[in-house]
Formats: sequence, structure tokens, C-alpha cells
Amino acid sequence: MMNSPLIDYTLHLADTTLILSQRNAEWCGHGPILEQDIAITNISLDLLGQSRNFYQYAATLIGGDASEDSLAYLRKEREFKNLLLVEQANGDWGQTILRQYLYSQFQYLLFEKLQQCNDAQLAAIAAKSIKETTYHVRWSSEWVIRLGDGTEESHTRMLKAIDELWRYTGEMFVPAAYETIVEVSRLKNEWQQKVMNIFSEATLSIPEKMFMQNGGKNGIHTEQLGYILTDLQYLQRTYPGAEW
Amino acid sequence: MPVQDFEQLFQKKIDNEVKIEPKDWMPDAYRKTNIRQISQHAHSEIVGMLPEGNWISRAPSLKRKAILIAKVQDEAGHGLYLYSAAETLGMSREEMINDLHSGKAKYSSIFNYPTLTWADMGAVGWLVDGAAILNQVMLCRTSYGPYARAMVRICKEESFHQRQGFETLLVLSRGTDEQKAMCQDAINRWWWPSLMMFGPKDSESTNSDQSMKWKIKRKTNDELRQQFIDMAAEQVKVLGMTLPDEKLKWNAERKHYDFGEIDWNEFWNVVKGNGPCNKQRLEARRKAHEEGQWVREAAMAFAEKRRSKQKAA
Repeated sequence: MMNSPLIDYTLHLADTTLILSQRNAEWCGHGPILEQDIAITNISLDLLGQSRNFYQYAATLIGGDASEDSLAYLRKEREFKNLLLVEQANGDWGQTILRQYLYSQFQYLLFEKLQQCNDAQLAAIAAKSIKETTYHVRWSSEWVIRLGDGTEESHTRMLKAIDELWRYTGEMFVPAAYETIVEVSRLKNEWQQKVMNIFSEATLSIPEKMFMQNGGKNGIHTEQLGYILTDLQYLQRTYPGAEW
Repeated sequence: MPVQDFEQLFQKKIDNEVKIEPKDWMPDAYRKTNIRQISQHAHSEIVGMLPEGNWISRAPSLKRKAILIAKVQDEAGHGLYLYSAAETLGMSREEMINDLHSGKAKYSSIFNYPTLTWADMGAVGWLVDGAAILNQVMLCRTSYGPYARAMVRICKEESFHQRQGFETLLVLSRGTDEQKAMCQDAINRWWWPSLMMFGPKDSESTNSDQSMKWKIKRKTNDELRQQFIDMAAEQVKVLGMTLPDEKLKWNAERKHYDFGEIDWNEFWNVVKGNGPCNKQRLEARRKAHEEGQWVREAAMAFAEKRRSKQKAA
């Protein structure tokens, strides 16, 4: 497959949104409250739409037979460039909404910059998507606050979720070699400040020193990704070349 | 006014096609029948999310995935309108859900069948939604106002789902030999259960007469079933597939398709809880509810804290 920093970067954005969509969709039909089942499924759909825009753009950059589906369904574990955070298991509702909040808060800051970048297509996708992201941030941050400051049990569960997921947030701000369009390291302070504000309203706090896991952007994932792709790619792999 | 006069007035409204509204007087049995039927319908939407949700993670293209997620989400939305419509009759959503989980309330038996291959997403859309729509189109004119209005919205989305289901099968029917076989197999498995969705034969149906008089229903089970068979028997030709019924044959005299005998033992067996997925479906719903308990409690506790803070301020 053809490689260029722009293609790799676009695939990184596509993979991250697809994998988070795939994870969130696992809740469909199993949510804690009907209205919230609908909300998380909506977010899954938004992210899927974003990922399709990124994949379609990557496909035009690659040319030939590349399509959104060949890129999503026929690349392997080591080729996926999504953030480690988004492939982490749903866990309980607290862990799912914390994962969503940590990512959406980052995605918002990223898309703010991306919509002003020189690549017209990426800028357009970011400008279109940021409206959705704004809602994702609002929805997920409200839930972080509600659960953090809800009952003793929900507070304890949020502490556990932070302990589970925080280690995967550092990677967002460590640029991969192909990641030159937006300087992600410069988003870190603002992200941390915003997260701190929400956490403080939620009576939660940011872990002080925690080792940060890295690798997703370069295709070194946690063991969870292989299973996600096994499900995701099952039909395309079983019936090569079929149209659906 | 004596009760008989109320009843006469009520029946007069029905006869004159005036909708019954939540605050109107209505016979207890009318209220109960509507609560039973609307809540059962709501539960069917919610339980119905499970067999299709089963294929979201494995949908074969991003476009199909998006369509499927949106569809299952629509079902959740339908469940919401219907619970709200039933609540206007004086039963809370929580009570209805408890009745579902305890097994007291029923949902459509069709969702107790498994979705085994991708083609089932097409067959469910075409046949199951197709059968449901005939019932729902009739219900757009049902006598209870909130139910009728909910159905108008639902019907629009359902007919879209049915077209999507048919289109999914159409693509398979024009695909590889394996895809064609997958398509035919799904039709074979879903055909008879879809016919059972219309309920027992008119001669066996206990609730039918009164429901017709009150215009809760406007067509009998057998009339709707025949309408469905006539429609599907034509549509299946477009797919180049067959329906698994050797006795299916156009009857020029009746101007309807004749069809074979439905296996009513199977029907009653699934109604009684012995279908292939009754246990899993109910367990999935109970599990979602139980695991969501702490979330609902936290949301309530938080709302309470906010209220007392506002009061103090």
C-alpha cells in the first residue's frame, strides 16, 4: 500500500473514530436507560460517519482499488493506527463514558486546529465533525460529573475507570512521525485544564504520576484490538471480493 | 350519569371515529386491553433490538453498519414513544418494564428466533418488518388517540426499514453462489415465523371480537396474514428466491394466494417460552436493567443534590 505522512495521518484519524464507534455500538440494546442507549448509539453513528469521511479521503489519496471498505476491512492489526484509549473495553457505563469524555475533549481541541489546517479536505471534515464533537463533550462530561458526584458506588466506579484508562491518555499528545498537521503536544495543557475542571466538579481528581502507554499510532496495540478486528472484518475476510 | 350511559357515549364516539383521549372516560377493559397491547408493542421494539444488534459489530461494510445501527436505534425510539403512549393510560414505564422482566408481559415471539447469518438482517427487515407494518398501518387508525399518533410516526420509519431489508437481500440475490444460498436459507428460516406474527387464526383468537368492536383492531389476524402472503409471494419473485411452502399457489377464484398449514405447535411452544432464544432475550434485558441500576441511582442522587444546592442558594 502507498504510504505518505498525509495518508498515515488520515488513516490514524479514521481508525480512531471507527474503533470508538465499534466499541460504543456494543451498548446498542444494552444501555442502562433507554434514552441513554439511544444517546450512546447516536455517538457511535456520528463517529462512524466521521471515520467514513476520513477513510474515503484516504482512499482517494491512495488511489487504485482502495475504498473506505478495503481500508477498514482488509488492513491488519499492525496496520491500524488508532489510539490505544479507544480500543479499551467498554467495562461498565462509567468506564465507557469516561473513555468517551477523555477522547472527545481531545478530539474537540484537535478538530479546532484541524479545521484551520492547509489540507482543505481534512479541514472540511473537521469543521463538519466538530459540531458533533461539541455535543459528545457536553454529554459525556455531564455524565462524568453525575457519576463522580452521584452515589458512593458511582464515585468508586469512576475512580476505578480513571485508574483503568488514564494510562492511555498520554499517547494523544505524543506525535507520531506522520503527525505533523496539528502539533498535538501543544494541546496537552488545555486538555488537562479542561479535564481538571470537569473532574473537580465531579469530585474526582487526575492521577498524579502514572506511566503512560504508547504505541497505537504506530500499530503497536493492546491485545484487545485483534478481537475487535476479528468481529469487524469477519464477513469481508470469509467471502473475499463479495459485494454487500 | 349511570355507567351504562358512559358506555353508550363511549361506543358512540368510537362508532363516529372520534379518538379516545387519555382523560376521557373509558371502560376498564378498554384501558387494560390498550395497556396490554401498547406495552407489549413497546417491549417488542426493545427486545427486537437484540437480534439485529447481534450483527452490528460484524456488518459487512461501513455503509451497512451505519444503516443497521440507525435502524436498531430507531427501534429504541419507537419503544420510547410507545412507553409514553401507554403511560397516558396510567401505568408507569418502570411497572411495564418490571412486568416484562418477570415474564408477566409478553413481546412478539418473532424475536425469540436467532439471527444466524448476515442475510438474516435482510430477511428480518423484509419479512418481519413487512409483517409488522401491515399491523401498524392498521393501528394508525386505532381508536386510542396517543397510540394512533405514535403509530403514524413509527410507520414512516418502518416502511423505510422494510425497503432497506429487501435491498439487502436483493444485493445478496445478485451476488456469489454462497450469498444466494445465504439469502434463500434466511428466507426459509424466517418465513413461517413471520406468518405466525399475525397471531392465532381468527377462530382461535380470544381477544379479537371486543377489540374489533372498540376499533383497537380493524382487521382480523387472518385478513392481515393473507394480505402479507399475497404481497411477499410477489416480491420474492424479484429476488429470484422461493418461499418455503409447497402449497403456496395463486387462487384465481379467491384472488388470493392459498398457503400451507402453519405449525401452531411451534407457535404456542415459542409463546410459552420455549423458542430458541426466549431465555437469552429476556436475560439480556434483565442484565442490562440490573447492571444499569447503579447508574440510575447515581443519576437520581446527583439530581437530588443539585436540587438542594439550588434551594440553598
